[in-house]
Formats: sequence, C-alpha cells, structure tokens
Amino acid sequence: MTRQQVLDLYFLDARHKLIELAAFLDRVERAEGQDDFRLKSFRAALAKLNGKKKQKAKTVLLAFSDPTTKPIAKATSKGACGAYHPQISPISADKFAKPFLRKSA
Amino acid sequence: MKYIEPHAHMVSRTTDDYQHMALAGCAAVCEPAFWAGFDRSSAAGFHDYFCQLTEHEPKRAAKFGLQHFCWLCINSKEAEDVKLAEEVIALIPKFLHCPNVLGIGEIGLNKNSRNELRVLEMQVELAAEHDQLILVHTPHLEDKLKGTRLILDVLKNDPRIQPERVIIDHVEEHTVELVLNCGMWAGMTLYPETKCTPARAIDILETYGSEKIWMNSACDWGVSDPLAVPKTALEMKKRGHLAAAIGKIIFENPKKFLRQSPNFKLGV
Repeated sequence: MTRQQVLDLYFLDARHKLIELAAFLDRVERAEGQDDFRLKSFRAALAKLNGKKKQKAKTVLLAFSDPTTKPIAKATSKGACGAYHPQISPISADKFAKPFLRKSA
Repeated sequence: MKYIEPHAHMVSRTTDDYQHMALAGCAAVCEPAFWAGFDRSSAAGFHDYFCQLTEHEPKRAAKFGLQHFCWLCINSKEAEDVKLAEEVIALIPKFLHCPNVLGIGEIGLNKNSRNELRVLEMQVELAAEHDQLILVHTPHLEDKLKGTRLILDVLKNDPRIQPERVIIDHVEEHTVELVLNCGMWAGMTLYPETKCTPARAIDILETYGSEKIWMNSACDWGVSDPLAVPKTALEMKKRGHLAAAIGKIIFENPKKFLRQSPNFKLGV
C-alpha cells in the first residue's frame, strides 16, 4: 500500500483512538488521588510515540514489559495488569487486573 | 474463504458460534487444553475434561460439518501445584492415542514462576518422550516478553525438540522475532482488547513475512471473537493482499504445521 492508501484506510480510526487517549488522560487528571505505576508506565510509553524512530508498537510494548530475566519464587495471582512494577506485578496483579480481561486463553 | 481455526476453546462457545464459523468457511477447529476460568479441584476434573475434548466436542463440531482436533496438557495457570500437575500429566499418555489429538498444549508460562517453569519442563519431557507436537501459550501483557524468553530457553536446551514442530502462540511485535529466529512457528492471537488486532497482525505479516506464522481467534469464555480469523482475512483483502497470500496464512500454513501430526487429516 502507498502511504496515501494507508492514510485513507486508517487515519480516521487512528484519530479516533488518539482522541480517546487524550480523553482518558483528561479523565484521570481531573480525578482526585495519586498516579500509580500504571499511569507512569503509560506516560513513559506515550513519550515513545513522538519522533521518527521505527517500530513504535514494539517500543511501546517493551516499555510496559517486565525487564527481569529470572523466574519469580511463586505465582500468587493469575492475572496481569498491563504494566510492570517490581513489587506489585508478581504479588497482587489481580487487584489491578480488569475482571474477565485476559486471564484466559 | 476456506480457513482453519488453529486455536479455539470451543467447550466455552455456543452452537451458534459453530454455525457462524462453518458459514464463514471454517474447515477444521483445533482446541488446546486450557484453564476453565477457575481451578479444578482434582486430577479427576482434568480426566473428565480430556474426555470432553476427545469424545464429546468432536461430535458437537461434526453436527456443523467441522472437524475437531485437540491438544492436551495442564495449563500454566494451574501449574503452581506441582503435585496436581504430576497427577494430570500421568493421565495424558492414555489419551494420546485418541484420533483427534494433535500434541501437547497449550503448555507454557503465566506469571513466570519457578513451579510453572518446572511443570513446563515436565510437559516438554512428555512431548519429547511421545514424539508429540508442542503448542505453547505465552504470558499476558507485562509478563509476555520475559515468559517468552524463559520458554524459548527451555525448548532450545532440549536437543530432542525440533523447532519446526513447536508453535509459540500469542506473539506480538516485541516477541515475534525472538520466536521466528529460533526456527519455531509463531501464532498471532486476534483479540478485541489485548494481544493483536487484525490491523496489527497484518502489520506483523508485512514486516516479518508469512513463513511459519498463523492467526487464530483463541476464542474462549472471555471477551473474544470466534470469527476473528475470517474478519482479518477481509482486512487483508482491503489492504490489497491477494487471495493466494491470504489463503496461505489462514489455511495452508496451519495445515502445513498441523499435518506433522499423523492425526491431522482433513476430510474432503
């Protein structure tokens, strides 16, 4: 596909998703309370979108990933919450996981 | 368009889903053993599940003209209890002779724990001992990269495992290259909210090529779409992919991998 064809096919969809992201940040920022590790990871991943570097999807996925290499001592939860935190992710991820979202398959 | 659904948990789906898949051109559906959404209380629960996969579900699929195949294992979400896993793994050999069994799967990791890794090694041993194909589940979200690396290490360290007889499922942009570089097959799972969307799956195909790669819906009891594969085929068509290229991904590639099992025989 040419760049023009890609834009014709996906621009409106991408624009819609970008506005959803902006609205999500507005919603979070007007809510009372503190950021947690997920929002910090989210902002770090968002910063990777700007610029001309290629493989942006891969870079965003890496920004959310557990960078460690050794198995954890014990699985005390089944779910994943979408962002890595050295204390929270292996211990109580279920607390942050959306019910019925991808504990399956 | 004719396609194979290489990963679907049909015991969790309705007869309407079977009908819609058949109408969309599905020729065969392959069902890996997985977590029921709750922990089974004993090995006897797994025995019943394996009977369901090898006896009952093929009959349900046949009512809609679909061939049904399955994979057997204890999944990683129930692998923290190693004693239970040992009891379940001991049950599997007697089911390997059932005519619709393709291999051991979906084994793998969930939270990347030591016990999960131990149970993964036990099931790789089972597959090697019985010369079975292997289908691997990779972890979710933030755990996927680390889990994929740990799984690949286990498989690469066993000289009996032939990489072309292994499929590593649920790859995304940050793991697909790791898998393909090991000579193993890669599965892309098409989900509405996690894993790959149709557009991203096609991006991966356009970036990494169409060798040793397939797409599946992995539809189950959660948010998922049993028609995700034909919908992605339609998206490929919109992007200008030719019918032969689409057919390779949704039919020829899964057939090529799966027919390494003597039990995978497609009817007319």
